[in-house]
This record gives sequence, structure tokens and C-alpha cells, in this order.
Amino acid sequence: MQQPGRAAEIKAIGIGKSFGSFRALDDLTLDIGRGEFLTLLGPSGSGKTTFLMILAGFVQPTDGRLYSDGVDITERPAEQRAAGMVFQGYALFPHMSVEANIAFPLKVRKKSSAEIKRRVGEMIERVGLKGHEKKLPSQLSGGQQQRVALARALVFEPGVLLLDEPFSALDKGLRGQMQAEMKRLHQETGTTFVFVTHDQSEALALSSRVAIFNHGKLLQVGKPDEVYDRPANRFVAEFLGEINMLPLKGVRNADNGAIGLCEDRTVSLRGNAGAVGSNAILAIRPEYMSIAAEAAAGENGIAATATASTYLGAATRLDLTTRQGAKVTVSVPNEVAASALSKGNSVWLTWPAEKGFLLPDGGQ
Amino acid sequence: MKAYLSDRMGAALLMAPLLLFLGAAYAWPFLGVVNWSFTLPEPGLGQYGALATDPLVQSVFIRTLRIAAIVTLLSVTAAYAITVVWVRGTPMQRVVAEFCILVPFWISVLTRAFGWVALLSNRGLINTWLQAIGFISEPLTLVRNEFGVIVGMTHFLIPFAVFPLASSMRSLDDRVLLAARGLGSSRMRTFWSVFVPMTRSGIIGSALIVFVFSLGFFVTPAILGGGRSVMIAELIYLRIFQSPDWGLGAAISVVLVLFVGALMALLFRYVRPKQMI
Repeated sequence: MQQPGRAAEIKAIGIGKSFGSFRALDDLTLDIGRGEFLTLLGPSGSGKTTFLMILAGFVQPTDGRLYSDGVDITERPAEQRAAGMVFQGYALFPHMSVEANIAFPLKVRKKSSAEIKRRVGEMIERVGLKGHEKKLPSQLSGGQQQRVALARALVFEPGVLLLDEPFSALDKGLRGQMQAEMKRLHQETGTTFVFVTHDQSEALALSSRVAIFNHGKLLQVGKPDEVYDRPANRFVAEFLGEINMLPLKGVRNADNGAIGLCEDRTVSLRGNAGAVGSNAILAIRPEYMSIAAEAAAGENGIAATATASTYLGAATRLDLTTRQGAKVTVSVPNEVAASALSKGNSVWLTWPAEKGFLLPDGGQ
Repeated sequence: MKAYLSDRMGAALLMAPLLLFLGAAYAWPFLGVVNWSFTLPEPGLGQYGALATDPLVQSVFIRTLRIAAIVTLLSVTAAYAITVVWVRGTPMQRVVAEFCILVPFWISVLTRAFGWVALLSNRGLINTWLQAIGFISEPLTLVRNEFGVIVGMTHFLIPFAVFPLASSMRSLDDRVLLAARGLGSSRMRTFWSVFVPMTRSGIIGSALIVFVFSLGFFVTPAILGGGRSVMIAELIYLRIFQSPDWGLGAAISVVLVLFVGALMALLFRYVRPKQMI
């Protein structure tokens, strides 16, 4: 239906937005590639939705320029930008049938009625709404309304599709289903998708790249595994998932990484572990740590005592305290947790050298 | 469940004095009027028969419906524009609109009717001014005719038309309007094909309120119509007080009340009473 070449390439340079004295967005520079699925992730008030509204043309930035395919569109009104948009709560036209909702963008573009009929029909089939054409939005389920919103935003083949927390009203099962559907639509249309969410697992599951925002600033952009495994700072590390943090002393470069002293034991890091001074925070995701009776010489390990466990079904979450009092959480197979707890005293926590990374000591 | 029941009991008790008052002061006397319509001057359906054949009564009915329809169209259109500004304008525009809506409420209907006479009469402000700038040589007849009645009634009824409209515009989700713009629709098109249809229930409610009010207008048509543009309420007055024909006056009253009652039933299907304030 759409040639991938038509997908838009967007460049934001130094975008800022102030509401009175409140700085909603500050000095944002970001390239959004042709056909990319970019997620804007952050807590509420982080500036991600403001940026989406600027992309759509509903909010005028106070600073910076915005380019689409090399053309400056900073001042271009929303109706001339041809960006498809799916709102939180869908924002369907309540007085129009499913069919009329989807036909709306084609009607305002004065397409012939034959073409409208054909394209609306195709779109209805594509999002699985056949048989619901004549219904009003109020007669549809949440998931069906979501499909209408997607169809309406895609039917005019926009260069970019903007999505503002589209799944926040759906229950968990339906959410997963719609996420898969959206991924499929992205592949089929080849359009650039920009997706706003505050749900980190959704962001990691869907996107080709994730942009993380906090307090109006863009903190990091990267592929899901990059931002998850090598977060740029403590906020990103904590926002993307649970993380264990241990103080590290005497950090210095070593071949292919770094070494440092963690509770009087030398531990090593491999790969791009982050740049820091001699004191740092060693950060490791809980699922990369395992429990052992002994840590071999040269292996990364730290002694700890198990204090509590939480049964999660597929695994058990174990809370431990190290000798120097740091709290650590790991996710381990259920039987490992039982034996670790029964011993009462010391076990060893081990992890692969390439799974640890460094964060600046103190602050963000 | 218990709290719900006691809430309803409480509401019923709070409303009881009003219901008793309305029963004693309106419903009971009205039953008397119904009685007259069937018994004066002699028992039977004679007055309703006369009502169906009397050309004067019929012409007044038709005039009343015509004036009510025109006034409804004008009031709702004007109120729609004012309400858009009141609900969606800048803070300054809102203050001005609110002022325009509320001030007429503080001035009595009689004062306003005479105010219009002062403006519209042959030697009134408008005619004097138009003659002074040489636009007309003879004064225009703007009052003591249907035109005057329509002007006065429209002016009186605009504020009443505003409230149902405001309520429907306030409950409208802004994101739907943004969605229309984002999908390529101009401001004009968004207004006509999204905003207006979405306020449909407000338009219907507003139109019905104005229409129902218009049917029973007395003071404004009596003063601005100057006896030449008699509406139903004035006709009833004349039948009761001037050419004592109480039976016919009562029969017209009953027909008017039934007609208005039917319209009110229609109104409550579209608008909840809460939306009207």
C-alpha cells in the first residue's frame, strides 16, 4: 500500500519549550530515521508528550528547528504536516461510524469517492474490523476503538505516525495483542513510528530505538539492548528495570575493560563499561547475577546473606545483604532460592564480567 | 445500598415543600381551568370545536408557531456564537461573553421591552440616527409589529439558549478536535464537521427550551406587538379579561399546556435537567 520511500525522516535541532517559567523541554536534538520505530520513554512530566505534540504541530516550540525530509516545518500548522496521530483515549469522532471515521482524512483531502471506498475497505480489512463498518465508536470495545484510531491515522499514508500512550486504557492481555498488531502494521506500512509511553517493557519490546526523557531533557537514545545493558546514567539504569548497585573503589582501566575493588575483592568489567573516576558504582541487572557456593579465583563474586524471598512462579526473587550492608536483589530458579535461604548464612553472588557496568559515584 | 436509599429519601424530603407548593398553586387551579374548558358556558366539547374552526384562534396559533420558530433559529444561532467565545475563548473574551450573558438576567423583562420600544419606535434612537445620516427619509416601522416582537423575544431568550450549549461544549474532548486538525482538516472544516455535530444534543436542548418559552410569551409581544401581533398567551388574556369567554380561554390554555408538555417530554429525552443550568 505504501512505498517505504515515503516514510519521513525527521530532524529536531535544539528544540525547547517553556510554559511560563516551566521548562517542559530543553535543548533536544534528535534524528528520527526513515521507517524507524522510535519510542519516547519517560515518567509523566518528562517532556516526551510535549515533544510528540511539537512533532504533530499542536504545540509550537519556543526554541529550535524541526525538519522533515530536510524541509523546515517548525512553523507549519498541524493540518499541513500530514502526520498520522493516535491519541490517548483514541479521540474518535463519536458521531461518525467506523467507516466515516476512517474516511475522514481522505475526505478532507478531497479524494474521489471510489478511491475513498477502496482505501477505507482495505484499511478495515487490514486492522480486522470487517463487519463493524456501520457501528459507532461507542458500540465498540477498547481494542476495536484502538484499531479504528490506527486505521484512521494510517489510511492517508502519512510519512510519520505519532502515538501518544495508545495502550494505556487497555488490559494486559489486549495490550500484548495490540502491541503485536502495531509491530505488524509498522512492518507492512514502512512508515516512521514515534511512540510515547511510560512503560519501559513496552518500549523495549516494540522499538528499534528508545529515547529516554526526564525533567525535559533527553538523557539517552539507543537500541533497546544498548540502553538496557549500557545506560548512560543512574536514572536511565533505574527507569529501565531493577538494578543492583555496589560501591566500587580504586577503579582503573585494564585490558578490554576495567577492574576495581568491590568489598575487598577485585572484580573486572569487560567491554564498554562507562567512563568514571577512581570511585564508581558497579551496576548489574538482577537476572544476570547467580547464586553459587563458592566464587572461583578470578571470577566476579561477592559474599552475601539471603534475607527474604518472593515466589514469582517461573522464578524466585531473592533479597540479600552483602557483608558491608549493600542490598542486592537477584532472580533465580525456585530450587536455588530454597537452598540459599535454608543455609541461613553466606552464599556467593557471581556475574559475568561483560554484564556489569559503571555509573558515576553519587548523584545522577 | 442503604446510603443510596437514604440519599433518595433525603432528596424526596428536600423536594417535598416545592412539590406541595406547585401542587397547590399550579396543578390544582389548572384542574379548575380544565374543568371550565369542558363546562363553560355549557357542558360539552363545544369550546374545543370552536377552537378548531375559529379563524382568529387559528391565525393566532399559526403566528405564535411562526414567531417561536424564527425566534428559536435566531436565538440559538446567536447563542452558539456567544457560547463558543465563552467556553473556548481567551480569558479576556470569556469575561466579556459572561458579562453579555449575565447582565440581561438582572434587568426585568418589562424594562427590556420598554427599552426596545425606546430604540425601535418611529422617533426612537435607531430611526432618528438612520434619518440623521440620511440613510432613510421616512421612519421605518420597527415596532408594534412582528419584527419588534421577534427582536425583543430573541434578546430575552439568548441567555437561556446559552446554558445547554455551554454544557455540551464543555464536555467535548479537545483531543477529538486536535485529531481532526492532525488528520488534515482545516479549522473551518473541523468546526462544521466535528465541533457542531458533537454539540448536537446541546443544540436540540437549547432550541426546545427557547421554543417552549416562546410559545408562552406574554409581556414582550403585548408591548412590542402593540396589539397588532397577538400571540397565544395574549389571546388567552383577552378571552378571560376583555371579552369574557372563559370557556374558550380555558380550552386554549389546555391545548397550549398539552403542546408544551409534549415538547418538554421530547426535551428531556435529549437533555438531562442538570445540563440546563
